[in-house]
Amino acid sequence: MSPSTVTAPSGTRTGAAVPPPRRRRREAGPGGSRRAALLFLLPLLVYLVAFYVYPLLRNIDLSLRDYTIRAFITGTADFVGLDNYREILADRTFGQAVVNTAVFTGVSIAAQFALGLALAVFFRHSFPLSGVLRALFLVPWLLPLIVSASAWSWMLNSENGVVNAALAAVGLPTVNWLTSPGWALVSVTLANIWLGIPFNLVILYSGLQNISADLYEAASLDGATGRQQFWRITLPLLAPVSAITLLLGLVYTLKVVDIIWIMTTGGPGSSSTTLAIWSYREAFGTGQPDFSPAAAVGNLLILVALAGGLLYLWLQRRQARS
Amino acid sequence: MSAVQTPRRDGGSRAGRPTATGAPRGASAPAVRRPRVAWWRTGLGLVLTAVMLFPVYWILNVSLTQTQDLRRTPPSLLPLAPTFEGYEAVLDQQLQALGVSLLVGLGTVVLTVVVAAPAGWALAKMRPRGAGALSFALLVAQMIPAVVMAMGFYSVYVRLGLLNEVWGLVIADSTIAVPFAVLLFTAFMSGLPDELLDAARVDGASTWRIFVAVVLPLSRNSVITVSLFAFLWAWSDFVFASTLNRQGDLVPITLSLFAYIGNNTTQWNAVMATAVVASVPAAVLLVLAQRYVAAGVTAGAVKD
Repeated sequence: MSPSTVTAPSGTRTGAAVPPPRRRRREAGPGGSRRAALLFLLPLLVYLVAFYVYPLLRNIDLSLRDYTIRAFITGTADFVGLDNYREILADRTFGQAVVNTAVFTGVSIAAQFALGLALAVFFRHSFPLSGVLRALFLVPWLLPLIVSASAWSWMLNSENGVVNAALAAVGLPTVNWLTSPGWALVSVTLANIWLGIPFNLVILYSGLQNISADLYEAASLDGATGRQQFWRITLPLLAPVSAITLLLGLVYTLKVVDIIWIMTTGGPGSSSTTLAIWSYREAFGTGQPDFSPAAAVGNLLILVALAGGLLYLWLQRRQARS
Repeated sequence: MSAVQTPRRDGGSRAGRPTATGAPRGASAPAVRRPRVAWWRTGLGLVLTAVMLFPVYWILNVSLTQTQDLRRTPPSLLPLAPTFEGYEAVLDQQLQALGVSLLVGLGTVVLTVVVAAPAGWALAKMRPRGAGALSFALLVAQMIPAVVMAMGFYSVYVRLGLLNEVWGLVIADSTIAVPFAVLLFTAFMSGLPDELLDAARVDGASTWRIFVAVVLPLSRNSVITVSLFAFLWAWSDFVFASTLNRQGDLVPITLSLFAYIGNNTTQWNAVMATAVVASVPAAVLLVLAQRYVAAGVTAGAVKD
């Protein structure tokens, strides 16, 4: 680009001496012209088309055909329309996966949020070591999921796990955490709550930092108790941040695969199978991959993601307006 | 564009905690209204942190336990007779996997920054057509489940022969980071003062030159935050590794650890030692770059 605006792309701009008209003709931003913008965006656009759009289109194609491993190699798979979708909706696993997903997601984000908020309020007042301790709370979030998941697996091991040892020590019956149908979902949910607390803590803590301390001061001068301050000041003023935290939690929890797969592989049976796990298991988890139904389940999840994105945008706009 | 708030310019969250680094408030601190240090909070905080970090402690404890003590009931709460046989096994068997993860992580960082930084700059200051739609697409992209992307990549890679290739994994891993990175760069670069750019342009700098010589150096903190997250996500990735690289000669540490769990249920000390070693980057980053981590998390778009 030339230094001055002489070679402005479409010739609409006058020389640099005259200040460009502000209102309608915003041909260029302060960083450069629109043509320059396109050049700067080009790598990203190519990237998105090649590594997002194309794989996702392939995924739709997968879900509309009957793919097997052999069909992948020969490149010929019968077009079956929406049969895969009908198939998964009629599958007995579908209902259970939906219920499991709802329980796993709902309990996870509710508990993560409540605990994260409690901790954020606790850390709002600085005290000796508060910075260090708050940093340490990030550790679970930073660890590779496989590490956390294998730690939980071993802690919840029926025979040798420390959790059962602790239960036995206080005289409670031990539990087959990962191997009984009634407890597997509870176990993975517990581990997932633990994983999500740091994220909620950090975001809510930063939200609390934006609430003016004067409000609390005024409230306590008026004699408001800590509890009243929480319900009347903290919670209402934190509502926009809370909404976004919960929404992000929802979207991210819906797509969790690693933690469940490593701890229980969705089992025993399908007792801890969520939609994402179901999709993963059909495609990659068994000796006989069944890509087409897996892709159909995955595409249902994308619809949820899209809805999440729209809701997020709406929340953000509303927050920006207020 | 950022969700909850834009990352602060200094990448940290300094506001409101002047004495939070651990130095007790002495008499010299201007603590007028609260003369006494809240030590009870420190005590409670220590207890809460200990509970939260128990699983992490347990990984360390098991990694140091002798094999014959692993199945003792009740398990020993302290590694009283520590052994390093688990760590010796790691050095024997896992060095290659660690190297692969390092390579994949660094490759992902480079690809992510190269693609995202110019785009972030364009979105921040050039008012391109369709900027709103693009930002929304990036937002949705972050919400697409990794398992769906994995299937799409699988079917593409089968044809291209990219399955079980390290570069295939780098590309797939970068999809976790790129949308986040563009949004973070955009949010950060929007805050750069226009006057500075005008000054550079008056001095005769081209758009590209301004980007390289002015914008990028000023955006150092956001580049660090993006690199850090891209590396960490690639290092931790399990879904792409377990789908696109399952039969490769060069597998990353996450997959190697997973296979180890499957084959080796008797030697949990070695498994946990591997887990400890696999967590080293996270620990290093936490110590060296905590303020960048906090900035990245609050930038709203976060890990799955």
